Amino acid sequence: MMQPGYTGSLTDYEKTGGYQALRNTLGKIGPPDVTAKVRQSGLRGRGGAGFPTGVKWGFLPKDYQGPRYLCCNADESEPGTFKDRQLMERDPHQVLEGIVLACYAIGAETAYIYIRGEMVLGARILEQAIGEARAAGYIGRNILDTGINADVWVHRGAGAYICGEETALLESLEGKRGLPRIKPPFPATHGLYNKPTVVNNVETLANLPHIINRGPEWFAAIGSPPKSTGTRVFCVSGHVKRPGNYEVPMGVTVRELVYEHAGGMRSDKPIKAFIPGGASAPFLTPAHLDVKLDFEHVAAAGSMLGSGGVTVMEEGTSMVWAALRLMEFFYHESCGKCTPCREGSSWLVQTLRRILAKRGRMEDLETLSDLCKNIAGRTVCAFGDAEVAPIQSTLNHWRQEYVDLINEAETANLIRPEPVGLRR
Amino acid sequence: MLKDKYGKEIEEILSRYPVKRSALIPLLYVAQRDQGYVSESVMQEIAHLLRLTPPQVYETITFYTMFNLKPMGKFHIQVCKSLMCALVGSDTVIEWIKAKLGITPGESTVDGLFSLSLVECLAACGTGPMMQINDDYYEQLTEDKLDRILADLRSTGTSRLKSGPFMWPEPIAVKDES
Repeated sequence: MMQPGYTGSLTDYEKTGGYQALRNTLGKIGPPDVTAKVRQSGLRGRGGAGFPTGVKWGFLPKDYQGPRYLCCNADESEPGTFKDRQLMERDPHQVLEGIVLACYAIGAETAYIYIRGEMVLGARILEQAIGEARAAGYIGRNILDTGINADVWVHRGAGAYICGEETALLESLEGKRGLPRIKPPFPATHGLYNKPTVVNNVETLANLPHIINRGPEWFAAIGSPPKSTGTRVFCVSGHVKRPGNYEVPMGVTVRELVYEHAGGMRSDKPIKAFIPGGASAPFLTPAHLDVKLDFEHVAAAGSMLGSGGVTVMEEGTSMVWAALRLMEFFYHESCGKCTPCREGSSWLVQTLRRILAKRGRMEDLETLSDLCKNIAGRTVCAFGDAEVAPIQSTLNHWRQEYVDLINEAETANLIRPEPVGLRR
Repeated sequence: MLKDKYGKEIEEILSRYPVKRSALIPLLYVAQRDQGYVSESVMQEIAHLLRLTPPQVYETITFYTMFNLKPMGKFHIQVCKSLMCALVGSDTVIEWIKAKLGITPGESTVDGLFSLSLVECLAACGTGPMMQINDDYYEQLTEDKLDRILADLRSTGTSRLKSGPFMWPEPIAVKDES
């Protein structure tokens, strides 16, 4: 993709070894062996949760006679994350080859790419690529004369962050409101149309051709073995000189990402805060700049690797304002199914707005903490945990900023003149 | 009637799914492309096509933000206001557009040309501030760029400043050649 002149067309993709993994796998290696290879590689889901991909595939019932489905989760909507969009728009065949390989491994004959509705260009590019691949015999009936079938369809979402959650995605694909389902049962047994289903992220699937081509040992040796193997596309945004997507081995630090890859800070001010894994991940401080960006180390530092969206904020950024901006996102996107999330997000936004408008009271801090405690862990999906992350982490690390705003409010109240209407 | 006009396309959409209801969102897109919004009569027709009740169509349509239930301007400007775009100046973009068009979010210009909405994250955080106009993304916005985009749309109905296939940072070698 980084080669000058690379267009992402089928010809370009084939020139760089594209579809070789498919040719070397279909009908030559058994589906269980493909799953074993992926498990051996240590590949973990790149969408956010980081669940081991091969293990996920292994949950599908082996003796089930009937249709199975693969859903490619391309509903990239997490603030701070923009990697899947680039993979789909610039190298769609890499994703498609991964999809067909995954279909083969799990025995699915139909795959849907659930792409977020706003990405019209991405959907068009994917559809064009599917046409090219179908004409070349890589997708459709009797792929490469092996008797194996795998049809791939693009399905556009219609603007709902929650549809990136796997069960909400399935509901939406079934033509309903995208409300998450209660688990269990898990999609592996009761997924799309109640059939065994696997939902995999775009980047996860794009890794598959390389794992097959170069072997699971090669992949497992990259990054931070044994639990965080391979490379990761980190999306760097915020106050840096060269924001963008950087594919680097897992275990890189934010200091390296910002100063070696992204050109340093935009105005050469020091870093005040960063989010290591998209809006759902708690904020971290400059003290964490050398924490290895892999699943374990980021978790140990009190955050999560999530979707790989690294947002960097320079000195001078108000953390209360940043928390409010993210909270407004979560308030807007709460699907409304669970009361703690639906009502709680509204209260959190109102309280933060009041504090920022210098009308806060010291007891608001207690209210914020209480609300967070009563939302996290009390919802059907992980949205509740995600929405309290910005508030809890900013309260932990930058509590003084909240206190200062409230103190200003209290001083302002002391000297506030009497309401105009009372003076006659 | 939608079926008379797009019969072949509708059949093709239905053939992708084993369950008819899955075609609901794709069919709503067909309707919106045709009219610019989804009217009540179209909702009823789609309900009939998919053997659903009109409330089933309505409950789905109102969950998603991308369907318009009323006519919109010819160019629907949607500016991202999430944190990542806000860090690099989306508030300035919003104020600039408001001043240039004389409308606030949720409104349309009197000539029916532009509608303005504020939206949450559109997966362009590395190239913010950004906006989407109809199907196209416009990224790394500046005041000058905004003026040119609005002028282009007014005069020709399209703008060359829209984003192509996304690639950022661009390959260094390509950058050197330019």
